[in-house]
Amino acid sequence: MSTIWLCVLVVGAATIAIKASGPVLAAGRELPHGAARVVDLLAPVLLAALVATQALATDEQLVLDERAAGLLAAMVAILLRAPLLVVVVVAAATAAGLRAI
Amino acid sequence: MGICTLGGDEGQAEAPSSLNRVRPGTYRDGFRAILPLMPAIVAFGASFGVLARAAGVDALAAVVMSATTFAGSAQFAVVSVLGAGGTAVAAIAAAVLLNGRYVPMSVAASGAFTGGPVRRVLEAQLLVDESWALSRREEGGFDRRVLIGAGGLLYVGWVGGGVAGVLAGDTLTDPSTLGLDAAFPALFLALLAPLVRDRLALTAAVLGAAIALVLTPVTPAGLPVIAATAACLVGLTRPPRKHARRVPVRPQEARS
Repeated sequence: MSTIWLCVLVVGAATIAIKASGPVLAAGRELPHGAARVVDLLAPVLLAALVATQALATDEQLVLDERAAGLLAAMVAILLRAPLLVVVVVAAATAAGLRAI
Repeated sequence: MGICTLGGDEGQAEAPSSLNRVRPGTYRDGFRAILPLMPAIVAFGASFGVLARAAGVDALAAVVMSATTFAGSAQFAVVSVLGAGGTAVAAIAAAVLLNGRYVPMSVAASGAFTGGPVRRVLEAQLLVDESWALSRREEGGFDRRVLIGAGGLLYVGWVGGGVAGVLAGDTLTDPSTLGLDAAFPALFLALLAPLVRDRLALTAAVLGAAIALVLTPVTPAGLPVIAATAACLVGLTRPPRKHARRVPVRPQEARS
């Protein structure tokens, strides 16, 4: 089985189980305090790590290239409250533009 | 799914007020609440299809993933980690941990679901960031019909957008010429922005990014992102809240 299909099947099954965990198992109960406070931070922490590595890492090296410029442009677009699609297009266009020069 | 950020605030500002009532919500209330976000959701779904194809992902695999995982940030995480040379284990771990946020959300909404286990499992699949936030009642608890109405329409838009994106992605040539490699970090940043409104979340995010960057030269690709989750432990420094709200505060709730 190819890598991508393995990922699709495992992530799909895990996500289905995660979403069903509350309605099937918890039925109105709540998570313990400590666990909830740690889990709350999973999404911001992982997204930040993905921002950093996707913009600044190539294989196992830190690289400063057009992607970083694209990220800066995206940051400006986000601060200007641009919709997500505009943010992404601005970043891609910035990187593509710099490469074309 | 985190698409709340992309609709701007105008769509969300309307929706919660329409739910500010005592009578139980209907499926139609759910449709109505999610409708202003639909163009953004379809576009976000399509961008997954395009970027998945650009990263060399099989077209059918991309569509099956949208239909089964139905969680944008996790799907993008898999595609980007694999695209950056990470292993399947690294990609799966990043995506599953990213979806870990659905544990508290699912537990919080659990009281709204009815029926046998099969029905609960199926209906729970329509739980995504937006349907969860929209189905929250002002007086506490969650409205099952609003969640299913909003989540159902969102599902159709997400998967439909994904199919369109995959077809469009097949016509693309060299991804880096188009700057598509710069699209991933921008997308993750846009999804991150609304989540770091409080100091603790911002601290954890900065720490997570720092851990990932420091580990990049010394560990295999994909691993730095997983190791970054250690930054979540700063959550233990937060004092326990008096009210039983153990779920991330959504931007629109913070304002209301």
